[in-house]
This record gives sequence, C-alpha cells and structure tokens, in this order.
Amino acid sequence: MRIQEQFDALRAKKEKALIVYLTAGFPTLDGFIQSLKETAEAGADIIEIGIPFSDPIADGPTIQTSSQIGLENGATLPVILNAIRNLDLKVPLVFMSYFNPLLAYGQDKLLTDMTEVGVTGLIIPDLPVEEAESWKAAAHSINVDTIFLVTPNSSDDRIRLIAEASTGFVYCVSLTGITGARTNLSGDVSGFLDRVKSHTKTPIAVGFGISTPEHILNLKDHADGLIVGSRVIDAIRNGEDLGKLIRELKDATR
Amino acid sequence: MPVMQPDKLGHWGIYGGRYVPETVMGALDELEEAYQKIAKSEAFQKELLYYLKEYTGRPTSLYFAKRLTEQVGGAKIYLKREDLVHTGAHKMNNTIGQVMLAQRMGKPRIIAETGAGQHGVATATACALLGLECVVYMGSEDTRRQRMNVFRMELLGTEVRPVDSGSKTLKDAINEAMRDWVSNISNTFYCMGSVVGPHPYPVIVRDFQSIIGTEIRSRMLEIEGRLPDALIACVGGGSNAMGMFYSLLGDESVRMIGVEAAGEGVELGRHCATLCEGKPGVLHGAMSYLLQDENGQVQDTHSVSAGLDYPGVGPEHSHLKDTGRVEYVPITDGEALNGFRVLCEIEGIIPALESSHAVAQALKTAKEMSPDKIVVVNISGRGDKDLEIVEGLV
Repeated sequence: MRIQEQFDALRAKKEKALIVYLTAGFPTLDGFIQSLKETAEAGADIIEIGIPFSDPIADGPTIQTSSQIGLENGATLPVILNAIRNLDLKVPLVFMSYFNPLLAYGQDKLLTDMTEVGVTGLIIPDLPVEEAESWKAAAHSINVDTIFLVTPNSSDDRIRLIAEASTGFVYCVSLTGITGARTNLSGDVSGFLDRVKSHTKTPIAVGFGISTPEHILNLKDHADGLIVGSRVIDAIRNGEDLGKLIRELKDATR
Repeated sequence: MPVMQPDKLGHWGIYGGRYVPETVMGALDELEEAYQKIAKSEAFQKELLYYLKEYTGRPTSLYFAKRLTEQVGGAKIYLKREDLVHTGAHKMNNTIGQVMLAQRMGKPRIIAETGAGQHGVATATACALLGLECVVYMGSEDTRRQRMNVFRMELLGTEVRPVDSGSKTLKDAINEAMRDWVSNISNTFYCMGSVVGPHPYPVIVRDFQSIIGTEIRSRMLEIEGRLPDALIACVGGGSNAMGMFYSLLGDESVRMIGVEAAGEGVELGRHCATLCEGKPGVLHGAMSYLLQDENGQVQDTHSVSAGLDYPGVGPEHSHLKDTGRVEYVPITDGEALNGFRVLCEIEGIIPALESSHAVAQALKTAKEMSPDKIVVVNISGRGDKDLEIVEGLV
C-alpha cells in the first residue's frame, strides 16, 4: 500500500496516522519480525524500518544501542529485504536509513529490490534535498516516496524546498536535537507544525521525542501523523507488552 | 596547472558536499557566510597573523636536515618544523582561526572532537586565550592512551567528555560532537579539527592550514632559490598535508606524497589507509574515500598513532587522489617507529608518531632521488605525547 492511500483512508475516518519506528535486527532477527507483525496487527498505520548503521549521528542512546545490536545480529540490507519478503503486513513500509548503507547497496538496485518486497518510501536523515537530486528522481520514477525532514530552525524557504521534494509525508522533527524518548516536549511544537502546514498540501508527521498518548493528544490537531520510535524500542528492550503500547498510542490518534 | 575549487556546496567532483541532518544546514550556511565576510576581512587576517606570529611562534623554520641527508644518501631533506608551534603541532593554525571566527559570530560555546588530543589541546588553548567555553569529546580508549593530553585540556579550563560508544576512538568522538552540535546549534560552534566534515569545513581548515605551504614556498625560494621537488606529509583526516600541499598544487614540478597509516599492514585489515584501500562513501557529513565493509558499515581501524586512526579522509584529498595530482602511500606501524627513532638519533628531534609516518616515507623517497633534488617533510607535531606508547613498544 502506498503512503498516500493510507493518509487518504485515515482522513476519511477522521484519524491521524500512528507511525512506528522499529530497528531491524533488534532485539534479534526473529524478534524484529515478530515485533513488525505485532505492531501492524495492533494498529500502526505506517511502519518505519530502521536500517542499522555503525555511526548514527542523529540518534540518541536508545537507537544507538538498538542499531549496534541489529548490526551484531547481521541485519544488513540483503538480510532485511529477505526477511520481510512475503510478510503481507497490509500497512505501508518505509526504510529509514543513513545514506552510506544505501549508497553501498546501490541506488537503482535498492529501489528495485525494496519495491519488490513492499517497501514504498525512504527516509534518509543525513541526505538533505541539495544532495538528493539523483535519488529523488530515481525513486519517483519507480513510485517510491522520498520523505525529507524539516526542523524547527529550518527557514520558511527551506521548509518550502523540502516539502516540495517530499512525497508521502513531510517528516517534522519536533526539536533541534537527536532521537530519544522524552518526558516533556520542549518549545512550541504545535506552532512549528502549523508553520510547516502553511507551506504544503503534503501530509505532515511529527517525530523525535514523542513517547506517550498525551504527547499525541496534544499534537494531533496540528499534524497528519505522529511518529514514535525510541519509546517503542525501550518497550521491546524492557519486555513490555508491545501490542498494548501500540494500541494505547493508536487510540490517542482517533 | 589550474587548481580545482569546489562548487557552491563544496563538491570536488563527487566528493565533499553536505550530508548532514537538516538541523545543521542553516548553521552551515551561516558559517559559510561568516567565513567569507568576516574571516577574509583585512582586520581579521591582521589579528590572526598577530596571534600566529606572537602567540604560536610562526613562521616555523624550514630546517635542512644535513645528517639525515648524508645518512640516506639521496635528495636533500628539509624538515618543516610544525612541531615548534605552540602546543606542539600544526593544529593551532586552525583552532585560533576558527575560535576567532566563533567569537565574532557571537557563539559563546565551542565544541571539538579529538583523537590523540592535539586538536583538543589546541582548541582548549585557543578558547583559554580568547575566553570562550570549551567542551571536547574524546573516545574513552584515547583518553586512556593519551592521559596527559586530557590533563592538559583540563588545566586549560576545558571539559573533556569521554565517549564510550563504538570503537571509543576519534570516529566516535566526532559522532558525539555532532550530536551535541545538533542539540545545541543556536549557541554552539563546532571547531572541526581536520579537512573533513560538511562544507565549508574542509575549505576553512585547509585555508587556515595553508600557511604551512605558503611559508615553505617563500622560505625555500630564499634558501635554495627554487621550489622543492617533493613534499611529504602524513594523512589521517589530512589537515597538515592539505596545508602543506595547497599553496604548491599549481606548481607541476612539485611531486606530492600523502602517507597513510598501514597499521599492522594493509593485507591484515588492521590499518587506516583510507585512500589506499577504501572506496567512496559518506561519513561525518561529506563524501570521501572511506574504509567500509560491503554493506556500507564503517570499519574499525588501527594505527600506532591515535591521530591517524580514522576511517575517513578529507574530500579534497579524495579528489587529488583520483586526479593523480597527489600520490598516497601506506607506511606500517613498524616503519613509522623506525622513522621516529632515526629522527631522534640523527637529528635530535622527537617527532609525533603521526609525523613519523612521513619521515619513514622520506627515507624511501629521498634515497631514490639524486643529491641535487630537494624533499620537504612536514614534521606536523612533536612526539612528547607519544613517549609512553613508544616506551611500551620497545
């Protein structure tokens, strides 16, 4: 399923999208596949599959650690692509990856192979629009969405530029900082989201720090999607009931 | 020979650019603008030259190593004495410039990464000199190997934060410094230690370091009445080499050799000879040669010298390798230690282990050249910081 179709369907139901991030290969290869199924069944609307990288400069300790474990478990792109083949999860899947593993796999080969296993979007946190021309054109030609990130310190000009390059949704980073669950969200996040919204008709989703149903309730009127990452990884590590957590988060989006 | 300049976004061909999170894109634009407007102004350059001369002791000497030349029996060997710069390495040339720029940009807080500790000490020194807050990230493996440099930075009023992630060395220190930068972008200036990172850092660091080559050119014309035939410098990230080569890149007759650390030998895999053995990739904000596995994961590296222990390299070096303008060669730990000993015994100069790689290559290169030729070796730093390591190896 394409991301746009999911947003259209949710809009018809007056719901916002719950977007969940999972690190591939964490806590084990099988455990990751299990989490993927549980997350989809419990109601996540879009799932981001994090490709582990040795040097995750935009990530806090939680995802640094899960990436390290993913790598130790051998979660490379070929292994991940193979593991998610035939899962038939009924929700859009996107890859979230630093640029180098994608570059090493090869642009055209990756786009072909990911489409084949049902992954229809790419989020590359260290590939700004200025460097993305070739990837963007190739992705769009094969119907893969390119999701770029905007931050609270992005200028209006940059927000327009980034939103224009984004398909599927625009990823709004809630704060100037790295990933990680936070008790309180700092600053004027809703004001930032409204500012992004004023520049684009593409759906916008907010992530970084979002960890509780309260966060979602506070922000859902200002965004089309809410992204939860580190909180989910923490839950998996702590052996919490993943399905229950996803259901609680999903309920808050309704 | 025309020297290629990078495009507006810092690309030399496919290399360089800005591969960074969106959070810092605005700050890079701001830095680029400030660098062009402020750092290139006459007033800034005048003050920078004042500090370089009166505070760090520039110009450094270009010393004819007579006994070494006789022993090798080939080309005349000159030593560019960057080891005589205040704090013991070429790193000060760059940190004074960057910290002066930060001050003028109104950024009260400086962060930096360090491997061996030389860039950390140089940043801490510039911050003490100019009165700015300073935090240095250093891999916990390196804080152990270079204990005295940690103490030096602390004496200078800097907070040293050990980094426990990954291989606990320079690469991980840069990761952590970048995370700090992303989190504190509004009041923090990242003082980059080498010709690496996103544009405009490779250009800024090169420009501040290019005084090395500029001095070599003018002094050599005074002493010998002509330019040297070969330049030799070690390359980790590549700042001392880029600084040495840049002013002479257009002089076709000058051969240039960048020396990488082959560690225990490139065939064994425990090395950091990025340009010799790597392939293009993206790390720390730029595309360059990179030591990586077939899945694009960055490889662990090894060198006896912490300052060369890095899996990436500057984008301009990557470009100069592809064009063939500069030759890049590997030198093993053992060869470097031999170079270290030779320079101690024959010339009474204790070089840094990083610079010892360049010395080791000079022994080979000078030998193959006739006595009417001239080779210059960049002694990028002094070896006091390495005494414990060398003591442990002999």
